[in-house]
Amino acid sequence: MSAALKLDNLSKSFPVGKPLFGPPKFTVKAVRPVSLTVETGETLGIVGESGCGKSTLARMLVGLIPPTTGRIEIEGRAFDNADPAAFGRSIQYVFQDPISSLNPRKTIRQIMEVPLKRLHRMNKADRARRISEIFAAVNLRDDFLNRYPHEFSGGQAQRIGIARALAANARILILDEPVSALDVSVQAQVLNLLAKLKREFGLTYLFISHDLAVVEAVSDRIAVLYFGAVVEIGRAEAIFNRPRHPYTKLLADSAPVVGRPLTAPEGKETELPDPLNPPPGCAFAARCPRASELCRQSEPQLTVMGEYQLAACHHPLDS
Amino acid sequence: MGSYILKRLLSAIPVLLGITIIVFAIMAMIPGDPATAILGSYATPENVEKLNRDLGLDKPAAARYFIWLGNMLTGDFGQSFALNRPVIHEVLERFSATLVLAGTAFVLCCFFGILAGVVSASRQYGLADKAITFAVLLGISIPSFFLGMMMILLFAVSLKWLPVSGMYAIYGGGDLWDLLKHLAMPATALAVVATGVIARLSRSAMLEVLRQDFIRTARAKGVSEHRVIWGHALRAAMVSIIPVLGIQAGFVLSGAVYIEIVFQWPGVGRMLVDAILKRDILLVQGGVVLVAACYVIFNIMVDVAQSLLDPRIKT
Amino acid sequence: MRLFLRLLARNRLALAGAVVLGFVVLLVLMTPVLPLAEPNITNTADRFQRPFTPGHLLGTDHLGRDLLSRLLWGTRLSLAVGFSAAVIAATIGAAIGIVAGYFGGRTDNLIMRGVDMLMAFPYILLALAIVAALGPGLMNALIAVAAVNVPFFARNIRGITVGIAHKEFVDAAKLSGMGHGRIILSEILPNVLPVIVIAMSTTVGWMILETAGLSFLGLGSQPPQADLGSMLGEARAALITSPHTSVVPGVMILIIVMSINLLGDGVRDALDPRLRSGALTRPMAATLVDRDSVPEPSGDGILTLDGIETQFHVGDRIYRAVGGVSLSVGPGECLGLIGESGSGKSVTALSIMGLVASPPGVITGGAARYRGRDLIGMPYRELRRLRGDRIAYIFQDPLATLHPLYRVGDQLAEAIRCHHAIGRAEAHDRAIELLKSVRIPNPESRARSYPHEMSGGMRQRVGIAMALANDPDVIIADEPTTALDVTVQAQILSLLNDLRRDRGLAIVFITHDFGVVAQLCDRVAVMYAGRIVEEGPTAEILARPAHPYTSRLIDCVPELGGGRRELAAIPGLPPSVDDLPAGCAFAPRCDKKQSSCAVGEVALKPRDGRAVRCLYPDWRPA
Repeated sequence: MSAALKLDNLSKSFPVGKPLFGPPKFTVKAVRPVSLTVETGETLGIVGESGCGKSTLARMLVGLIPPTTGRIEIEGRAFDNADPAAFGRSIQYVFQDPISSLNPRKTIRQIMEVPLKRLHRMNKADRARRISEIFAAVNLRDDFLNRYPHEFSGGQAQRIGIARALAANARILILDEPVSALDVSVQAQVLNLLAKLKREFGLTYLFISHDLAVVEAVSDRIAVLYFGAVVEIGRAEAIFNRPRHPYTKLLADSAPVVGRPLTAPEGKETELPDPLNPPPGCAFAARCPRASELCRQSEPQLTVMGEYQLAACHHPLDS
Repeated sequence: MGSYILKRLLSAIPVLLGITIIVFAIMAMIPGDPATAILGSYATPENVEKLNRDLGLDKPAAARYFIWLGNMLTGDFGQSFALNRPVIHEVLERFSATLVLAGTAFVLCCFFGILAGVVSASRQYGLADKAITFAVLLGISIPSFFLGMMMILLFAVSLKWLPVSGMYAIYGGGDLWDLLKHLAMPATALAVVATGVIARLSRSAMLEVLRQDFIRTARAKGVSEHRVIWGHALRAAMVSIIPVLGIQAGFVLSGAVYIEIVFQWPGVGRMLVDAILKRDILLVQGGVVLVAACYVIFNIMVDVAQSLLDPRIKT
Repeated sequence: MRLFLRLLARNRLALAGAVVLGFVVLLVLMTPVLPLAEPNITNTADRFQRPFTPGHLLGTDHLGRDLLSRLLWGTRLSLAVGFSAAVIAATIGAAIGIVAGYFGGRTDNLIMRGVDMLMAFPYILLALAIVAALGPGLMNALIAVAAVNVPFFARNIRGITVGIAHKEFVDAAKLSGMGHGRIILSEILPNVLPVIVIAMSTTVGWMILETAGLSFLGLGSQPPQADLGSMLGEARAALITSPHTSVVPGVMILIIVMSINLLGDGVRDALDPRLRSGALTRPMAATLVDRDSVPEPSGDGILTLDGIETQFHVGDRIYRAVGGVSLSVGPGECLGLIGESGSGKSVTALSIMGLVASPPGVITGGAARYRGRDLIGMPYRELRRLRGDRIAYIFQDPLATLHPLYRVGDQLAEAIRCHHAIGRAEAHDRAIELLKSVRIPNPESRARSYPHEMSGGMRQRVGIAMALANDPDVIIADEPTTALDVTVQAQILSLLNDLRRDRGLAIVFITHDFGVVAQLCDRVAVMYAGRIVEEGPTAEILARPAHPYTSRLIDCVPELGGGRRELAAIPGLPPSVDDLPAGCAFAPRCDKKQSSCAVGEVALKPRDGRAVRCLYPDWRPA
């Protein structure tokens, strides 16, 4: 297997209170240095709660936000969006809000044609043929092409969004919460479609979600993000069953599960640290039942713990 | 809060400098030279040249700007050649008359505008709403100078209730009652347009706020409808009404120019129009800069009021 | 476009404005060919002729010139100048605004500081200065008026552009290989254009007034050429002796500007999508009630709903959001109401205390009884006394549902003081106790916080504290944890569970999450297309769902610990509630459908403490 996507110490800081000229007063670290590899044909799931930096990370990968530090490699080549056409042909993005990712004043056909025209310079007949093929692949009828986005339900609009990403013919798709705006019965339709497309076209997915069960159902490996950093990464079938990092365990215990009695899974009811004033040690220390003085002083690094599993914790749980 | 006010005051300095530059640049575009305007077209070239030198007009524009700016900072706005008195005296005297007129009109339009807007929104599509909407439409469509003229015809000429023009009666006036009688028509005529604009905006701001979730919360906890409208909703709507009040203050000040002419009010607007027609450049420059500076200060007060109302604005 | 014209034509006031304006425009277009006197020929012998004198329909002015002729020529000029100024200002202003809003950052900052600088002048000062520099004249007045209005357009359009430039479809266009220029032209501009048109149509009238004003001051059109403003200015000297010379041009300005404003408002209403959908209507204090009969009480709970029907009337469409829902909840009991979006679960909850936005909502049938008293159609004063006192709500998004400008302590104190005549200090102490009871750390200092200063979880605790303020009997919680993260959700759910056990609260809990229902609720009712399809004890329904919809919905939910797998899905979409199929609403998506499912009403049939609305339910033994 070769790496489809490789991130090396990728980070992003946003300036706060920036004057017209000169350096900003503060910076907020939305993503702290992250190193990850996504193998070709793999689905890497990324979970985390709001504010953990998962969307910022995803947007850096497609060049919508420039990273502060670090480098990205796409299929062995260094990230380069100087030529938007070549770049767009290698990696694409599926947005969270299916309706707002479609321009309300364009027909679906106009929206679908843009990547074919701009990225692949196809002529009119080729475009029409290609759009038909893609629409067949995502189970949409051709007569939808002449309609406007507001005429579609969330599930249909998300399939159009996926179709647009496919039109670029990219081999890597970044899926940013692609089903969180959808109802469960429709969510399952879209997830199954994504699985089918992956098999058919040999795609690589980076699948971002806040829903543990959804991520587990679609991913090969899962990375857990907390406060802008990866705290644990491992195989999907193992990570929530045998978490090594206390935060992963907290997440797994918090997810409402049929048949499990309701208990507050956490003694200390604190929340995320202040991003303007981050703690020196482990960001989770204030909420962690196992935290020691060491945790409050030095930040733990990701270390291998068991087969295929890495966690950033000074006092990991036993497997 | 104190540091916020200080910060806003400091941020006004570049704006004020910008204003002086814009005014100076526009005035420097005027063709012909003031010396000819002062001395008349029969003046000898020698006299014109001497006066130009006396006025410093032979220097380059940038130098003239800094001399003018430096003088202004010491309170010397120059001499009006048409009136032959210091610009600062003339402007301050006239501006105080304008402030009386525009200030009254501004208070009127804020009060009635917001009142009409809230009543209109809370009775949407009712009779009161329709009546107010129509009155507002009429108000924003009528030129204030025409309205003023019609008011003179009705209240001063036909009904003889109020004096035709001026700020005080020429003989025997001068007390507050006299001022109020003279003020009634011009202030009303001036307030009408702004009242209409504020009423419209307040109505749509209220309608916008009344659909918000926190209004439903207030109702769900049993808050009386009166308090929902005049407390919860109006307070939230003020966040979008207050900036418009700042803009409308500028419109009231602008409209005062027409009203001062119609009612012979001895204000700064009339002075400026006369000065422009007479090409009294220093008077125009001084008047514009002083009035604009006051408006900038007023807008800082509006910002401070806004930050007092809305805790989400970082102070 | 056709829709726009149709909407415009339906607006009677706008139509009237269009007709009047059309007539005036036609008149001034025909002016050169009409048999009129020369507008600028003076005849001092004929000065100040009254209207309706032979040869001078509207009389003459101070130089004996024909007023009608001058009026029409003047109107021509005023209209042309006003429109040109509006178009010029809108074009330049919109271009500046789009560039600033789209590129953002330093470009935006520099442009907007320049714009702010220009707006720091009362507009007439700038206009006067420009006219002073360029010299009086109509063209110069036009330039001045246009220039003065550019900042207003720029600022307005920039605001809209910033909103659009951050929409996801713009990002999508970038990823599809579009450059900046192309994105501005094909993605931004079409979405900003309606706003530009609205801004222009609502300011044309204002521009005409402003140019007329400058001419009135003698700074616009120069004699003998007349526009409406200069006619008024010249007539002012003779205002008292010959008022008609002032009235004629003044009334013309009024007519023109008023018809333009009417038309402009119509254009705005037709183009603004929010106005089109009726979203800008104000909800009334309580939902409208329009029901023929009051059903008999059925349940014996503390809160009982009997066949509640709530509809939304939008235009000539009727959306049956809730189609006859009956429920009952007892003290200390937690009833879950579960369904997908559009199933009517929230509308059911809001109908109870008349909180459905109205218009467009109308409660068209049924009863909601609290201790036997019907809340539907109850006089507003009595309803208000029960709201928040005996029956309280917790809403979904605590940032939107708390007032942003009041401190949370004051919002809590207000909830108490609405129902109890106690002093400020006492209410404040009580508020702090409430914050303590929902386990908020440092309640004294937290009471002084504003909602935006708190995290989502803390805000929702405030929401719960507010519901508890008056020790209610019933709490209706409308998706209270949907906006929260899972770890925070777990805390809030356990808090709610403790509170109901300690205080014997009856809770109606609305959610779309089976996991949450399973953990918190004693009984559950499943809703589909506005009706309850299945109801019963939670554990039994989750273990042995009888309705095909319930069982398939449960299958759709991925469960943690299941590993990587194919998920079950329900094909198709829920029906639109303005076009419900006959018979069972789920039948089109159901794999057990028989021909009998699509005919007649399917009743909710009770059996062993459960009920199901299905002709072929799947009763499985325990």
